[in-house]
Amino acid sequence: MELFRFKHDIPFMSYGHLTTTISLVTFVVAVFFLATRGLNFGVDFTGGTVMEVHYAQPADMNKVRAELAEIGHHDSIAQNFGSSHDVLIQIPVKAKTSGSQLSGEVLTKLQSSEPSVEMRRVEFVGPQVGRELFENGALALLLVSLGIVIYLWFRFEWKFGLAAIIANLHDVIIILGFFAFFQWEFSLTVLAAVLAVLGYSVNESVVVFDRIRENFRKMRKATVTEVIDNAITRTMSRTIITHACTQMMVTAMLFLGGETLHYFALALTIGILFSIYSSVLVASPLLLMFGVSREDFIKPEKSTVEEVLP
Amino acid sequence: MNHYPLWKYLLIFSAILIGMVYTLPNFYGESPAVQVMPARPTLKADGALLKRVEEALRNAKIETELTALDATSIKVRFADIDTQGKAKDILQAQLGEDYTVSLNLYPRSPKWLTSMNALPMYLGLDLRGGVHFMLQVDMKGVLNKAVETAISDIRLTLREKNIPYSGVSREGNTLNIRFRDEATRSKGMSELQQNFRGMEFNDGDKSSEFRLTAVYKLQEIQVLQKAALQQNLTTLRNRVNLLGVSEPVIQQQGADRIVVQLPGMQDTTHAEEILGRTAILQVRMVEAHTSPESRDFNPEKIEAAKKGIIPSDTELLYSKREGREPEPLLISKQVVFTGENLTGASASIDQQNSGSVVVVKLDSKGGIAMKNASRDGIKRRMAVILIEKGKADVLTAPTIQSELSNSFHITGMRNTQEANDLALLMRAGALAAPMEIIEKRTVGPSLGAENIARGFHSTQIGFVAIAVFMVVYYLMFGGFSIVALGANLLLLVAILSMLQATLTLPGMAAIALTLGMAIDSNVLINERIREELRNGVPPQTAIHVGYQNAFATILDSNITTFIAGIALLSYGTGPIRGFAVVLCLGIMTSMFSSVMVSRALVNLVYGRKARLNKVSIG
Repeated sequence: MELFRFKHDIPFMSYGHLTTTISLVTFVVAVFFLATRGLNFGVDFTGGTVMEVHYAQPADMNKVRAELAEIGHHDSIAQNFGSSHDVLIQIPVKAKTSGSQLSGEVLTKLQSSEPSVEMRRVEFVGPQVGRELFENGALALLLVSLGIVIYLWFRFEWKFGLAAIIANLHDVIIILGFFAFFQWEFSLTVLAAVLAVLGYSVNESVVVFDRIRENFRKMRKATVTEVIDNAITRTMSRTIITHACTQMMVTAMLFLGGETLHYFALALTIGILFSIYSSVLVASPLLLMFGVSREDFIKPEKSTVEEVLP
Repeated sequence: MNHYPLWKYLLIFSAILIGMVYTLPNFYGESPAVQVMPARPTLKADGALLKRVEEALRNAKIETELTALDATSIKVRFADIDTQGKAKDILQAQLGEDYTVSLNLYPRSPKWLTSMNALPMYLGLDLRGGVHFMLQVDMKGVLNKAVETAISDIRLTLREKNIPYSGVSREGNTLNIRFRDEATRSKGMSELQQNFRGMEFNDGDKSSEFRLTAVYKLQEIQVLQKAALQQNLTTLRNRVNLLGVSEPVIQQQGADRIVVQLPGMQDTTHAEEILGRTAILQVRMVEAHTSPESRDFNPEKIEAAKKGIIPSDTELLYSKREGREPEPLLISKQVVFTGENLTGASASIDQQNSGSVVVVKLDSKGGIAMKNASRDGIKRRMAVILIEKGKADVLTAPTIQSELSNSFHITGMRNTQEANDLALLMRAGALAAPMEIIEKRTVGPSLGAENIARGFHSTQIGFVAIAVFMVVYYLMFGGFSIVALGANLLLLVAILSMLQATLTLPGMAAIALTLGMAIDSNVLINERIREELRNGVPPQTAIHVGYQNAFATILDSNITTFIAGIALLSYGTGPIRGFAVVLCLGIMTSMFSSVMVSRALVNLVYGRKARLNKVSIG
């Protein structure tokens, strides 16, 4: 079976202006939502307490909220989680009380009216830890970007490194934009997914770049635009198949992985979709814009130009 | 051209074989077990205890699958949970409070596997349930305490050396020592410099007062803080032992943090209580005893106490020292000082009679209390008591030989080992610096089991979906790719089991994700081969060139993901780390399996045929 067979190269580069404009607009919209709405940081980053409790029968949310208010947690949030039996309670950091003992107090209170309440999970994160996790996350993002640029510079050319990282940071910003727009919870696990996407979508650009380099050597009479168009067209099939496969795994996690993995898988899904787009339709036009040329790879001596096929 | 030398086949074969062996324990799972641990640091898990445990179970006619003795505990494995519960009750009743008997899980894999260290993957708390604490050690408090101690020590030294001074005061972490004239100041300075090498003294102040300023050297502060952290770790370890948790993790994180993980622990309030406890070391005076050479020799009173006639302000305790009869002591309930006042206890050699001693150091408050108690108490005995689980243990009850203050020796140790043990036990009762819980994560056991099932399920479904798709799309070559992907999973699980790296839920997500990404290599290869075939290249050449051309791309793309993984590993904490470890390992195994394993299969199937006209690649 073969789904994608292209007789002629698709002139991707002639749409370059259009696609980069679309990207720019999406990017600006993502930044806009990030700036206005901000990310809905989870307890990992803000500090505070999250509890998941399980009731034997459907929980009466109003009663739960009233009980929380009774022991002084007016600012807490209680909501159903997964099913009507499970309740998620979020309590922000307070200046006076010792945060770590809070969960015990809450459980005792809830059990006083409903002994069947079962503690499923508690997370307490002190404010100092939250800030550190945030800083470390930002640092990791910076390091990953730098590492990739340096590697691609070393392996290809600086233009490639720069084009790839711009295209892929744009993916990251768009994922964050989605999280800001829908106010999905941004936790440590999601951060891991975002960073993995960065590595993964650079993959994508690398595959195309590899082809471009190869084409520069093989298609000696073609223009730069033709070289790039051919490279993209010929890797298109692989791009789609690979992403389809990865997405199958991610979809399984999205629906079967439970609440913890849900947002992780969601971040990956958005990342995968946009990385196809950005590596094909953003990184390559950028490359053209930076003025990539045959001379970047092939030195004037003739001996380096060889036939690759035996 | 599509032949592998024999050694490559052998390499692949042995890698797969080793992978299978080390993956195997994960299929056997774990059996309910009971773990017996000494509850007090003075007791040890040894062959004698093993015999006691075995005998107790034999007498109760409980069938065991396996009993094993390791460095700190005895583990007994049972066929089912009912027997486990029964055995726990019997053992707890037989062994008494001196030993903690806890429920545990123990790998069910056959002996030959366990003996070659093939164990199931080590599950993180989010998969097995339990509590995770992160504690922050108050380093300012450490310095504060050190400065306080320095004040009293400086006063003491100046007094002992007969150097007149008009006062010692503190301003932040700087000490001001005032003298009456220049002569005493310079004399004081040289004396103090000799005695307090960790501090820096300065007389550069040319004001009307004759002043010396003293601060701790930066280096010394670091040493102090390091020691404080070490001591808190030791103390926590001892306390966690009291909780009777199997396989607790207590480790340093960063310069001033400690992570405590208690698998299976559900009662967090109780755990916090135990971890946060202070002052379980007490020093109290002995009111009556049975050794004639010290004051308060009063066998009649002891006899009466044994019969139950105990004065209300005292209690009867026994001093149990190794190799000696338990000695009954009637001890006052009034506390001279507690572990809070203890700033150090270490084993040393006495210069006068070259015997082993324990050097005890107290803070100023403890020093004053000790001075008052010892002034009127020469030739009396004082008892050093460690209270654990509400049970008091008399560690030692030495006789006071002279007036003591904030630094004194406990002599009469039989050897260095005994001195070391005593010092350790005394320190166990003291936290060097206050600690605060800054992170806590609890996962119930039911949620843990659910997480495992979810992670397993999604990987399974995802794998099957990919397999079906690949075989339909690439036919035979899709089959090769899937076998390679299976080998990847096998090797990854084997390496995780071998390294005993902690597998968490994000780690399971990483397994699924690496599988989803690893297939990329095979897609690249298959597409390349198709392309070559389309260009009219003969099949054998197409396979060869396809693999060759795809390899550079595979390497590049894996290295970029690897860079991301390494950055995550070095800057991530908690869930991110668990994810990153698996991601990095997964990239390595996928490089091996998607290129080598699939190529070996292709070579085996197609490589031998001299005249190959068609390959099944869809």
